[in-house]
Amino acid sequence: MSDQAPKFKVTVDNISIEVPAGTTILNAARMIGGDVAPPAMCYYSKLKDSGGKCRTCLVEVSKGSEKDPRPMPKLVPSCRTTVMDGMEVKNITSEKVLDARRGIVEFLLINHPLDCPVCDQAGECDLQNLSYEHGTEGTRYEFPRRTFEKEDIGPYISLHMTRCIMCFRCVFTADQLTDKREHGILERGDHAQISTMLNKALDHEFIGNVIDVCPVGALTDKTFRFKNRVWFTKPMDAHRDCPTCTGKVRLWMRGDEVFRVTARKDQWGEVEEFICNDCRFHKKETKDWVIEGPSVIKRSSVIAQGHYVGTVKTPVLIDKVIGKQPKFLMDIHDISDVNKPGIELSKIEGPAHSGDFKS
Amino acid sequence: MGVKLLLENDHIEGIRYYDTYRKNGGYRAAEKALKMAPADIVEEVKKSGLRGRGGAGFPTGMKWSFLAKPEGIPRHLVCNADESEPGTFKDRYLMEFHPHLFIEGLLISSFALGSNTTYVYIRGEYAWIPDILNQAIAEAKNNGWLGKNIQGTGFDCEIYVHRGAGAYICGEETALIESLEGKRGNPRMKPPFPAVQGVWMRPTVVNNVETIAAVVPIINIGGEAYSKIGVGKSTGTKLLSVCGNVKKQGVYEIDMTISVEEFLYSDEYCGGIPNGKRLKACIPGGSSVPIVPANLLLKTAKGETRIMNYESLSDGGFASGSMMGSGGFIVLDEDQCVVRHTMTLARFYNHESCGQCSPCREGTGWMYKILKNIEYGKGKMSDIDLLWDIQRKIEGNTICPLGDAAAWPVAAAIRHFRDEFEWHIKNPEESQKRNFGLAHYADPIHVAAAV
Repeated sequence: MSDQAPKFKVTVDNISIEVPAGTTILNAARMIGGDVAPPAMCYYSKLKDSGGKCRTCLVEVSKGSEKDPRPMPKLVPSCRTTVMDGMEVKNITSEKVLDARRGIVEFLLINHPLDCPVCDQAGECDLQNLSYEHGTEGTRYEFPRRTFEKEDIGPYISLHMTRCIMCFRCVFTADQLTDKREHGILERGDHAQISTMLNKALDHEFIGNVIDVCPVGALTDKTFRFKNRVWFTKPMDAHRDCPTCTGKVRLWMRGDEVFRVTARKDQWGEVEEFICNDCRFHKKETKDWVIEGPSVIKRSSVIAQGHYVGTVKTPVLIDKVIGKQPKFLMDIHDISDVNKPGIELSKIEGPAHSGDFKS
Repeated sequence: MGVKLLLENDHIEGIRYYDTYRKNGGYRAAEKALKMAPADIVEEVKKSGLRGRGGAGFPTGMKWSFLAKPEGIPRHLVCNADESEPGTFKDRYLMEFHPHLFIEGLLISSFALGSNTTYVYIRGEYAWIPDILNQAIAEAKNNGWLGKNIQGTGFDCEIYVHRGAGAYICGEETALIESLEGKRGNPRMKPPFPAVQGVWMRPTVVNNVETIAAVVPIINIGGEAYSKIGVGKSTGTKLLSVCGNVKKQGVYEIDMTISVEEFLYSDEYCGGIPNGKRLKACIPGGSSVPIVPANLLLKTAKGETRIMNYESLSDGGFASGSMMGSGGFIVLDEDQCVVRHTMTLARFYNHESCGQCSPCREGTGWMYKILKNIEYGKGKMSDIDLLWDIQRKIEGNTICPLGDAAAWPVAAAIRHFRDEFEWHIKNPEESQKRNFGLAHYADPIHVAAAV
C-alpha cells in the first residue's frame, strides 16, 4: 500500500470518520473510541486471523456503500468485515445489535462457572466487563454447567478449562510467536477444549503471553496464583535489558514487592509488545527493573480504584450518537456533593474522600 | 412417468462397471465436452439453469463463473460427497451404483474449470464407497479418461478420493476445505470465498455429487433442452431420498413438475403411508429445513397445490413453507411425536456443532437440554418461549449455516406444533404413555377469499 491509499468515509452510530481502505469496521469504530467501539472477545489486533468467533462484535450495516446502498441482510462481525466507502454502521443505535449481543453474552455465560471471587482474572476480565455492559441480570439456564477434567500444563501457566470461552487467541499466539504449538482444540461442539495432546507442558520462552491474551481466567499465571487481587496491586511501567524480548513490562506491585509481571496493555486490553517468560516469571525483584512510573489505566477499570494519577478518561460520545444533548431526568449533582464535575479526580492524591468534595 | 436423466440406466445390470456403462452411452458427454472450449461448457451449464443440489440451491453456472483465474496458480474442483444430513442419501446411491456417471461429471467439470487435481471429499461413514470409486477411477484411467493427456486433448486430470473422519460440519464447504487440507474442520470466515481462496489458498469450486453428475445430461442433451425440463427456475431433474412412514422408501428422480400429493401417494413414487395411517408432518428437504404439517405440505397457505420444486416448497417463506434443501424427504405419520423428533434433531446438531462460534456451541446444547426436559415430562410452559428466544438468537448470528440449520427445525416445530409442546408440558404423565396423535394438523386450512 502506498501513501495514497484511498480513504473511505464510514459512519458508525452517526459519527463519521475517514479511514484507509482495508480497515475493519471494528478498527474504524475504535478510532472513534468510547461506547461506539464494539466489544471484542476473540479479535486481537496483534494476532493474524483472529476474530469472528465470539460474535460479540456483531454490528448492523444499514448502508453497504456509496455504490451499493443496500443494507446487509444479516448482522456482520465487525472485526472481520472491511469498510466500504460511504458505509453506514449501526452499533449501539441498533436495537437488533443490542438484542443479539445480549444473547451472545448469555450464551457465553451459561457454561461459565462464574467463580469470579476465586478467579485471578477478576478485575481485568473481558467477560466481566462484557457482561456488566451488555448482559442481562440473572440467567435462564437451569442445567448443570459443563465441566472438564483438570489438566496440568506446566509450572508457569494454570489452565481452567471451565472458564474458557473458546476465543482461540492462545492457539494463534502459540502459532505465531512460537515455533512449535503444543496446545490446541480437542473435541468439538460444547465439549471442545483447549488441551495438549497427552499432557505436554507448555515451555516455549514466549508461551507466557497466552496469559495476557486470554480474555478470561482460563489461562492464568501460576506464580501469581491466589497471591493478591489485581485491584489491590499498583501497576507500574518498568523495563530491563532483556536479551530475548524488548523488556518493556508492567509490574503489579504492592509497596516494594513485585507480585506479577505482565506485558503493557493498551486501552483495548491488548498487549503492546509480547514479553518473554524470563521477564514474566523469574524477575520478581524490584532491583531487576528500572521503574518508569505508574501505568496509565482506564478510569472505568476497577484497577484504577484508589489511584487516579494519569488515568484515561473514556470519551463520552452520547450527544453525537443520538444527535442532541441527552436530557437527564435528574442530575445527581443537584442533590449530592459526591463527584462534583468541577473537581478533577486525578489532582487528588490517594483515594478520594467525601471531604474532598466539600468546598 | 417423469423424465429420467441421472437414473435412466438404473435398471441395467452392471452399470457400475466401465464396460457396461460405456456400452450404454457412457462417456459420450465427456467425448463431446473435451472437444468444446471450457468457457462454452460453463456457458452451457449456465444456460441449463442447474441449481446446486447440496441444499442451498445456488445456480451452478454462476458459481463456476465466479471462479478466479489468476495466472500460474492451479485451480481445484472439490466434490462435496460428505452427505451427512439426516434423511439424505441420494449421493450415496449415485456413487454406489453409478460411479462412472459421477466420474464422467467430474471429468467434464474439471475440464470446464481447468482443475488438474480434483478431490472427492467423502463422508467417513461411507466406508465402502471409496473402494467403489477408486475401482471406477482405475477403470477410467485404464481407458484413458483420467490421468495424463486425456483422449489426446492434452488435458490432465487426477481424481483423489479423500475420506472424512465423520463430522457433519465438514459438509460445509469451507470446513470441508480445512479438513481436506488436514486441519481441524472449522468453517472459515467469508470473505474470502472459496472461488478466490479455497484449498491451499487456491481458487476452488465446491459442488455436490448430484450437481456434478447432472452436468453429464446437460452436455448430452444441451443446456437449452435441460432448462426446459421442470418449471421456472427449478430446471432439470432432482433426486429425492425418501424415508420415514411411507410404503416405498428410497431414491427417486423427479422432474420437479409433479405435486407433493402425487409424489407422496402415487404408486410410482412413495406409494402412500402404510398401515392406513394418516400423514401428520413432513420435512421436505433434509433435517435442516423447517418441518411442515400435513395441511401446509399439500397446499400452500394461499390454497394452491404445492409442487415438488424449489419455488413451490418455499412458497410462503418459513411462516407456512419450507425448503427443497438437499432432497431428504422425511415423512411422519400420525403415530410420530413431533417433540421427540425435534429433540432428536437438536441432539444431532448439538453433537455436530464444531464449537467455533459461541451462539451455536452453547445454544445447541441448551436447546437440546430443554427439549429433553419437555419430552420426558419435566418441561415448563416458559420453556417454549425460551426455546423460541434461543433459536432466534442463534439464527443468522453464526459463521456458517449450521447455526441456522440447528435453529430452523426447532423454530418450525414450535411455530406449527405448539399445541403438541403445550400438551406435553401440561400432561407430563400421559405424554410418556401415548402420542399426541394427528390432532388438527391435517385439517384443511382456512383460505381467505380472494379480494
